[in-house]
Amino acid sequence: MSRLIESEQVSLSRRILEAFRLDPVLMTLLFVLSAFGLLILFSAGGSNMELMTRQLTRLGLALVMLVIVANISLRVLKKLSIGFYIGGVLLLVAVIAFGEIGKGAQRWLDLGFIRFQPSEFMKLAMPMMLAAYLSEKALPVGWKDLVVSVALVLVPVLLIAKQPDLGTALLVGSAGFFVLFLAGVRWKIFMILGLLVSLMAPLLWKFALHDYQRGRILTMLSPESDPLGSGYHIIQSKIAIGSGGVYGKGWLNGTQSQLDFLPERSTDFIFSVFGEEFGFFGSILLVLLYVMIIYRGLYISASSQDTYGRLLSGALSLTFFVYLFVNTGMVTGLLPVVGVPLPLVSYGGTSMVTLMVGFGMIMAIRSSKRFLR
Amino acid sequence: MAYREQLKDDYSETRLIKRRLVVAAFIVLGLMSIVLARLYVLQVVEHDHFSTLSNSNRVRLKELPPTRGLIFDRNGVEMANNLPSYRLEIIREQVEDLDETLVRLKQYVEISDYEIQKYQSISKRRRSFESVPLLLNLSDDEVAVLAVNMHKFQGVEINARLTRNYPLGKHAVHALGYVGRIDSDDLNNLDEAAYAGTSYIGKLGLEKYYENELHGAVGYQRVEVNASGRTIRVLDQEPPLSGHNLYLTIDSHLQSLAEDAFKNERGSLVAIDPKNGEVLALVSMPSFDPNLFVNGISFKDYDELRDSSRRPLFNRALTGQYPPGSTTKPFYGLAGLEENVLNSKRKIYCNGHYLLPNDDHKYRDWKKEGHGNMDLDDAITQSCDVYFYELAYALGIDRMSAFMKQFGFGTRTGIDSTSEQPGLMPSREWKRRAKSQPWFPGETLIAGIGQGAVLATPLQLANATAAMSMGGTRYVPHLVRSVDALDFSAKTIIQPEVAGVYQVKKKLNWEHVIKGMKNVVHGIRGTAHRIGRNAPYTIAGKTGTAQVFTIAQDEEYEEENVVKKLRDHALFIGFAPIDDPKIAIAVIVENGGHGSSVAAPIARQMMDAYLLDRSDLEVINQ
Repeated sequence: MSRLIESEQVSLSRRILEAFRLDPVLMTLLFVLSAFGLLILFSAGGSNMELMTRQLTRLGLALVMLVIVANISLRVLKKLSIGFYIGGVLLLVAVIAFGEIGKGAQRWLDLGFIRFQPSEFMKLAMPMMLAAYLSEKALPVGWKDLVVSVALVLVPVLLIAKQPDLGTALLVGSAGFFVLFLAGVRWKIFMILGLLVSLMAPLLWKFALHDYQRGRILTMLSPESDPLGSGYHIIQSKIAIGSGGVYGKGWLNGTQSQLDFLPERSTDFIFSVFGEEFGFFGSILLVLLYVMIIYRGLYISASSQDTYGRLLSGALSLTFFVYLFVNTGMVTGLLPVVGVPLPLVSYGGTSMVTLMVGFGMIMAIRSSKRFLR
Repeated sequence: MAYREQLKDDYSETRLIKRRLVVAAFIVLGLMSIVLARLYVLQVVEHDHFSTLSNSNRVRLKELPPTRGLIFDRNGVEMANNLPSYRLEIIREQVEDLDETLVRLKQYVEISDYEIQKYQSISKRRRSFESVPLLLNLSDDEVAVLAVNMHKFQGVEINARLTRNYPLGKHAVHALGYVGRIDSDDLNNLDEAAYAGTSYIGKLGLEKYYENELHGAVGYQRVEVNASGRTIRVLDQEPPLSGHNLYLTIDSHLQSLAEDAFKNERGSLVAIDPKNGEVLALVSMPSFDPNLFVNGISFKDYDELRDSSRRPLFNRALTGQYPPGSTTKPFYGLAGLEENVLNSKRKIYCNGHYLLPNDDHKYRDWKKEGHGNMDLDDAITQSCDVYFYELAYALGIDRMSAFMKQFGFGTRTGIDSTSEQPGLMPSREWKRRAKSQPWFPGETLIAGIGQGAVLATPLQLANATAAMSMGGTRYVPHLVRSVDALDFSAKTIIQPEVAGVYQVKKKLNWEHVIKGMKNVVHGIRGTAHRIGRNAPYTIAGKTGTAQVFTIAQDEEYEEENVVKKLRDHALFIGFAPIDDPKIAIAVIVENGGHGSSVAAPIARQMMDAYLLDRSDLEVINQ
């Protein structure tokens, strides 16, 4: 009896979520992560309520977008894919032509009422396009389709890299790459590609990278060589995380973050604040939470009945992982400094909306499975 | 085969994608494990290392400079203190447009391009939230005008900092000395930790000699700072200890009286309490304002002081070495009696000049026609040169030199100040050593009237006079009477220190000399008899005239014809009262002519001021 009542109670909240076509597991995890994020941001932003209000507004907006997207049928999404992709590429060209320059890079497009970053939009349009293209083909991917796909990936990636925005180019490129990976491009081809890239690496180093990008890589290799210049960020971040120890200094008590030693502490380096204040245990917990979200996305992908859905859902989940890995790798000094935020936690609007829309798509994919059954 | 591959096979595609998803899941796990391992290394293995780095990031030691000790005269008149001096300071990060702010500030105060330039160069080396001085030492008027208009200026403030100040200005500067900004020379010689945060150090005089006492002990604050270096809170602190206060032997009233008495003359005066060596007044004229040096003197002001022909920076009292002239005669007189080369009753005939055996050089007396028959008393009273030529010839230079040294001639007195010079009391040995020449008999005669190689500072003369008044007991002159303990609970009195005692062989000898000195002032024929008139106490003294240039054998020295710069220096030494000496004085007026007319009256004024009540003074002035 009691078990029956319990299951009925559970199913009440479940029913509400299902009514909005939302995945209860993923929604719970996203809520917990967002709550964590707000907690850290409050500390990292120096208890600035104005900042919190803005972040909350964005979170609200992003969740509304998530719900809207979750209710779009998979067929419609698939049909929109080509249009989004072409529109996205045109916008990227427009940025190069008339874009606004901010922080030394040309990333923004001013549409009069809103300032807009087309590269952000491309993070979604890219996997949609490739998934739509490849889901029509027989898998594993053949040579011809591979060449077309690689071209589809390279065009926007190069346009973004030219802005220059290495972080976004990396994320857009990996979104495309994951679709190809899931679509079964042979290991042999990955090995050849890998070999090609490593052969071209010296050339890329010399011609493709900006001076500051080369500098960032050198800095990662030895931050102590320029402790007050380019190495400052990474040194201070390591000090913050390392000084947190096993249990952390406590919420709002991180000296590195509260006393301004840590730069970019509410945006790209927010993980260092967390590591300093909540210690190794807190970090494990946060990483676990992220991994659970990624695994839930992969699980939804695996249980999808539709190739487009599988490819898109898997690629979006793995892109989310790239955010996590590049950001945590960067703040711990494993990877060079690339402007990638800690997903759903770092302060900033655009990536929050993009990510939540992505999760909306994953949920749409999950619901479509149910309707098919 | 190629055709078959084109066909979609849902089952195999599903398996393929699922396989790839599993691979992806393992890659996620693997890479995140690397991140976690990295976090483990940072947060667990190397935690201590980063913890140390984090603390050294946030905790800074901030020095709290001590307040410099004050200086008072013997009656408690403040001679050196620390005043808040007002500075106009700008905090860069709070000023929107510096140029525009400067233009508006110029409506209220004068700001030179040099000052703006200096501000900008300092400001570059400071943090943007630190206030950097634009103008130092604002006048009261400027402070008033600025304070009223301060609300119009964001990021501009008037701040008070403690700066050394000499409230009496030019007064007693050669006794006090001054402080100045620490320069690179100072940095080589001092303990930098003890001077952290201090910008001043004693450069001259007492301020330098008593630097250790005046400076105090630096305090420290451990503060937590943020990344831009701004202090967030104080963790703990050790307060600084103020420097000791000094109480001088100088009587500020007497000192200013002496300074005024010199009017526009150049010269020096030293007054000493013969019973303990306390220096009551130490004057060197002209003087200068030490406040100019505190914040770094401008090149223009410094050049003016340095190049002035009146040499205000020259401390005549301690470093001025003058021929003491006839003021040496009482000492030689005593030497003659003590060495038994003359009898106080013995008379020598003075015909206006003296001849050495086998030499036709005429050693002249200042009185061309001669003084006639002279005993020792007459010779001191009237300052007969011929008598002392004869005496010097009889004593010989080595005995003269040995005797004079017992009264401090030729050696530093050891006063507690800087840059004292030793003067010179020549001897055969000295001349052989210094000039590799034999001593000539004629030089003995010249030394016998305090000329030639003989040199003495005003301080030495005053101290020798004090020793004479005490019958041979000579103290080390000193300027500081007592020093406050660090917590002001007690004062350390500086005990008088005896520099040397000349034991008079026969007290009568000494009394004869004192009688001669008394007659200089009180006798009808005394060279300083004008100052002895209506004195309500007895004065012993001796005038002196020191030649600045030598006149040829057949020339006459006529004061009116000689340019002021080449005129003789006027000297006077004396003490009073004779029975119970309370003050010994040496006065020298550069190019003043005769000691009797210029130097002696200054000494009388001083003695009056020191020995008499105000009511007595009024009687005399009538």
